[in-house]
Amino acid sequence: MKSIEDIRADFPALHQQVYGKPLAYLDNAATTQKPQTVIDAICHYYSHDNANVHRGVHALSERATAAYEGARRKLAALIHAASAREIVLVRGATEGINLVAQSWGHANVGAGDEVLISAMEHHSNIVPWQWLCERTGATLKVIPMNNRGELQMDAFAELLGERTKLVGIVHQSNALGTINPVAEIIAQAHAAGAKVLLDGAQALAHMPVDVQALDADFYVTSAHKMYGPTGIGLLYAKEALLEAMPPYQGGGDMIRSVSFERSEYNDLPYKFEAGTPNIAGAIGFGAAADYLQSLDVRAIAAHEQALLDYATSQAAAHDYIRLIGTAAHKASVLSFIVDGVHPHDLGTILDREGVAIRAGHHCAMPVMQFFQVPATARASFAAYNTREEIDALFSAIAQAHQLFK
Amino acid sequence: MDLRSLYQQVIVNHSKSPRNFGTLEPCSHDADGHNPLCGDRLHVYLQVNDDDRIEDVRFEGDGCAISVASASIMTETLKGKTLAEFRALFDDFQHMVTSDVTAPVDEESMGKLSVLAGVREFPSRVKCAILCWHTVKSALEHEGVARTE
Ligand SMILES: Cc1ncc(COP(=O)(O)O)c(C=O)c1O
Repeated sequence: MKSIEDIRADFPALHQQVYGKPLAYLDNAATTQKPQTVIDAICHYYSHDNANVHRGVHALSERATAAYEGARRKLAALIHAASAREIVLVRGATEGINLVAQSWGHANVGAGDEVLISAMEHHSNIVPWQWLCERTGATLKVIPMNNRGELQMDAFAELLGERTKLVGIVHQSNALGTINPVAEIIAQAHAAGAKVLLDGAQALAHMPVDVQALDADFYVTSAHKMYGPTGIGLLYAKEALLEAMPPYQGGGDMIRSVSFERSEYNDLPYKFEAGTPNIAGAIGFGAAADYLQSLDVRAIAAHEQALLDYATSQAAAHDYIRLIGTAAHKASVLSFIVDGVHPHDLGTILDREGVAIRAGHHCAMPVMQFFQVPATARASFAAYNTREEIDALFSAIAQAHQLFK
Repeated sequence: MDLRSLYQQVIVNHSKSPRNFGTLEPCSHDADGHNPLCGDRLHVYLQVNDDDRIEDVRFEGDGCAISVASASIMTETLKGKTLAEFRALFDDFQHMVTSDVTAPVDEESMGKLSVLAGVREFPSRVKCAILCWHTVKSALEHEGVARTE
């Protein structure tokens, strides 16, 4: 892997001081910083190739279309999809899940059916299924977790039944860092006849993902958590599923022909991409995929694991720090509580020391309820973080603890 | 700027041992306050007499130091005040915590409340400081729930 110094040099936003202190950016689970190559790809598109896609006969439109479709192919390669036709470009993980719930869900889930999610889902993988169940008369069931933040697989096996139509699971938890045993979950769900959606919002920046090897039916992610821009993400779905699904939104680009009597839908994946897409975002997403590949995600994972181990041992050395989420298999996230210091105050105090973390419920309120805390502080790591930044984190935590002693 | 101006000893002290903490029964008004972003949650109780004077005010709940200290100091300030005085203080407090950092703080009229002036240098924390005030306002207006987001 590239040296850490070289990786850091790729990210212009890292090189700044906040309140006179060097920035330690440890809020990567919320969004990562962007490398210069991603910024340049977006800038290049707007500076040279800006045009609408899929409809122009002129040079710029052809270049824009080539760049947009090139990005789709890069993303298909990144997650090992069988074909770029299986990659639907959406606004992010949230829109991907909503698309599946509305399109596939309404066509395949009915009264008496069950949708199974887990106790550690992000709100975006809860609310769309609640709506689907309310509208169809299906039931939402929840796979429990233990107090380390690991799914209870025996309970999963019991909950899974012939009524289960879909299992929706977060690949890597944003609130706890837990990496779920998704291959096993998919195998069991398929044996029961259920489809599986994986929420990979947190996963792609931290581990290799092969949707075919996993046999995932649906996989969603957001570019901005893997060094890409905001407002763009992808939904992967097996081609046969996409073929059978009704369109999600109606408009331009998603149809082949329209008369006032009927419309004929376009081919995959355009059937699900109504309207002018986020072209610059998609191109930036493709550049982020290139960047990830250039670093080698396995090397990143090893580096982040070393950081997490170091941070975990630092936390263990202080009796006033309690970790939330101690799964055997976890990555890049340290969620914690400091005795006597509310996470929100901690966030403010750390910020003034240049340490950027997240304090709150991380859009996973059921996880907070489970651990009986109103909120946690969360430090989350990326390829460019260093041990020195973790030292800065713990020294700022010590100051906060001292202040409230 | 120094964190000490936000986390002054008085604020830390109020947050660790809040005054007027607990329920009030009977009470004439009460309401829930909730800041969903950081999980601050409080409930205020007021006993207002026939002369529109706040005879007693208490709160309970849990939240960050700023929201708990602010509620604690607010209850100390509001005891004995008329509803008209509450409304004037509400405006003054809101103004103090959202004004420009260079604006002078009228410590004489704000009294104890002026320790919270440091909040204006931390825009993301202003809502923590004013949650309790909005909660009292909605209790008096019988809305039942206040939210700051
Ligand atoms: C696990 C998980 N799922 C889904 C999302 C939603 O992603 P987005 O807001 O980019 O759609 C997030 C983002 O915080 C996440 O961490």
